[in-house]
Amino acid sequence: MKKLVLAAAALTAGLGLAGSAFAQGVLRIGMTASDIPLTTGQPDQGGEGQRFMGLTVYDALVHWDLTRADKPSTLIPGLATSWTVDATDKTKWTFKIREGVKFHDGSTFTAQAVVWNLDKLLKQDAPQFDQRQASQGRSRIPAIGTYRAIDDLTLEIVTRAPDATLPYQLAWIAMSSPAQWEKLGRNWQEFAKTPSGTGPWKLTAFTPRERAEMVPNKDYWDKTRIPKLDRMILIPLPEPNARVAALRSGQVDWIEAPAPDAAPSLKAAGMQIITNAYPHNWTWHLSSAEGSPWNDVRVRKAANLAVDREGLKELLGGLMIPAEGFMPPGHQWFGKPTFKLKRDLAEAKKLLAEAGYGPSKPFQTKILISPSGSGQMQPLPMNEFIQQNLAEAGMKIDFEVVEWNTLINIWRAGAKHESSRGATGMNYSYFIQDPFTGFMRHLQCNLQPPAGTNWGHYCTADMDKMFDEVRNTFDATAQARVLERIHEKFVDDALFLMVTHDVNARALSPRVKGFVQAQNWFQDFGSITISP
Amino acid sequence: MLVYVLKRLFYTLPVAFGVSVVCFLLVHIAPGDPLTSVLPPDASAQLQAEMRKIYGFDRPLIVQYGLWVLKTLQGDLGVSIATGRPVAGELRLALGNTLMLAVLATLIGFVLGCLFGFVAGYFRDSWLDKLASFVSIIGVSVPHYWLGMVLVIIFSVQLNWLPATGAGPGGSADWAWDWVHVRHLILPAVTMSVIPMGIVARTVRALVADILSQEFITGQRAKGLLDVGVFRHVVKNAAPTALAVMGLQLGYLLGGSILIETVFSWPGTGFLLGQAIFQRDLPLLQGTILVLAMFFVALNLLVDVVQTMLDPRVQRA
Repeated sequence: MKKLVLAAAALTAGLGLAGSAFAQGVLRIGMTASDIPLTTGQPDQGGEGQRFMGLTVYDALVHWDLTRADKPSTLIPGLATSWTVDATDKTKWTFKIREGVKFHDGSTFTAQAVVWNLDKLLKQDAPQFDQRQASQGRSRIPAIGTYRAIDDLTLEIVTRAPDATLPYQLAWIAMSSPAQWEKLGRNWQEFAKTPSGTGPWKLTAFTPRERAEMVPNKDYWDKTRIPKLDRMILIPLPEPNARVAALRSGQVDWIEAPAPDAAPSLKAAGMQIITNAYPHNWTWHLSSAEGSPWNDVRVRKAANLAVDREGLKELLGGLMIPAEGFMPPGHQWFGKPTFKLKRDLAEAKKLLAEAGYGPSKPFQTKILISPSGSGQMQPLPMNEFIQQNLAEAGMKIDFEVVEWNTLINIWRAGAKHESSRGATGMNYSYFIQDPFTGFMRHLQCNLQPPAGTNWGHYCTADMDKMFDEVRNTFDATAQARVLERIHEKFVDDALFLMVTHDVNARALSPRVKGFVQAQNWFQDFGSITISP
Repeated sequence: MLVYVLKRLFYTLPVAFGVSVVCFLLVHIAPGDPLTSVLPPDASAQLQAEMRKIYGFDRPLIVQYGLWVLKTLQGDLGVSIATGRPVAGELRLALGNTLMLAVLATLIGFVLGCLFGFVAGYFRDSWLDKLASFVSIIGVSVPHYWLGMVLVIIFSVQLNWLPATGAGPGGSADWAWDWVHVRHLILPAVTMSVIPMGIVARTVRALVADILSQEFITGQRAKGLLDVGVFRHVVKNAAPTALAVMGLQLGYLLGGSILIETVFSWPGTGFLLGQAIFQRDLPLLQGTILVLAMFFVALNLLVDVVQTMLDPRVQRA
């Protein structure tokens, strides 16, 4: 009996200890990534890696304004206070470097440090060249030709051709500390264990695949962004049910991407489900290759008119924004397209008939889909729902289901490649945060595979002309007007099957306060507090 | 005995060679690009080609295999593409965590399995037999990842008694044998134990029933041996086979826990293997499969040797 009492006491003590193991002010986040993103500077794990490691421990020359939830984010000065392009030579950019910024190791951030970081990614014979960071960072800065430090606080970048999207590209590039790398024996493996950036968070400990721990950088140069929390802990939890269970059992305070069917139970348990629009698009990328039935704009419009987006929203428990275009509604590049994305089966059937399809010549084609994947939301039920919608308009769709990584490879290879297996469309989710990722990579003539990822081989002179205009328009407002025209053409020509935008859902414990969810793939964690 | 052990050791050489060939070819034949994890999806073809060269994937397959085997023989399993960390280090950490989980699960499974098996075998055709057999059938039939989720819902989400994921508040790096950490081990270990429990129970039931029907038991009983004595004889005769089954189960658990470790985010070899598969991390995948396969071979060898010690007839055969 005595032993039983002792055991019960130990059990109670253990449970109590576990309940109070985390002090107030510690935010524990369950990520969807299966590993801690690369800690050396240029993180892996896509947008999530940049969100939790790239823009926490590190800074870029150019930042996204993440302070507002009510409007799309725009670019703002980061480690560069300003940038200008030469009036006569539009390839020559001058960046003024922020004075007095220190790396976490105490060394000073200068223009030479930027050159060192660009060499880290672009110059294969540089001692600091890091293939892992290079593979993540090089494709983000295709415009950069040469670069040099004019003095400690002035940097010059010369682009290969005039390219006004350079600031968007530089917003990806994280600055690691050259001094720390030297101190650690010029070894990136060692740097990964004790990294040093200029960001608002310092990485203090990490166990691969299990957790990373950060504390605020109290000397951060932007005093408004100094974190209020005591600590932030990142925990990889790739399995959706494990994330929900961890949140509900109090092991974490925040989970990324809760499954839509878990949202009601999380709400019932008092959790906050935070959502907002952001530049994400879940689409069917249609092929413009020879022989594709989608080459007829009437067919593309018919398919877009057949989709029941409101019904799909119901299927996803409200966790989506029905597409009104390729960009989310309200986006600064949305413009005023005339083609409205609504469900109109009669019009869809009429358009199909005009295109020559009907009972004697039924429309039938094949679409590539994946059972899962980053940003793909719930691809199987969503695609089946759309398949049913299109069938009601007289369009028979067959699916070729391939695994996510295989789909990425097919996407790189292009619609004409044999790996596409005769499919004329592909269900893919897109990061559409800047002009290149939003439009150019999908639609520019010289980015058809294998040169780029214009999977559908779309190529028109007028679209290419507008892309040139974007690259040569250095005034941000005027550039936005050109991008509006591009989007209007995109929607009015119904280039893709525009279905939905994800809402960047995350579930937070009721104790988490002060989070502002920006309309962006990246977020700021500085304003967050944890109530007792 | 020494000759027997040496002979068995010699037999493992072709097995090891076969395993290395199969695991190398399997991961290379599987569709997917090993650079998926390190390149953004929209990386240009030129960048992909450059990176393929840097990582050595542009070389002929036979050359890649030769280099890998050569390095492996020197104890170097290469570097993970996805993480840039040495495979051997990753594997060492994961193996320690899985070993802990698998041994505990095997122990739970073996003890419960023997208990149910003996009860069922001893009281054959009684309601106790039916109950024990029912439990063991459930054990081998229930999908363990499903059971894991159910246990999490009950004990973590509803009752909040045990943690749902991970290997402790500070991760496995600061593992200690105290309640704060051990409580993380309970749900995955119990989930993992149901299959060995079912298999051991069914095996032991059949063994006990068979031994009890043999003439020497009837003879012992006729000579007035009490049930306790008979039980001792049954245990002694059933032990070698039960032990062999347990050894095999431990081997399966060491490599076959991808689902459970994923459900519980337990940082073991299954979790590692799952991630390596999804990321097409070939060096990590090859290294993990090879080490697990060799572990299995070694375990089989160990079980055979122990079995021979317990039952000399095995050696003669």
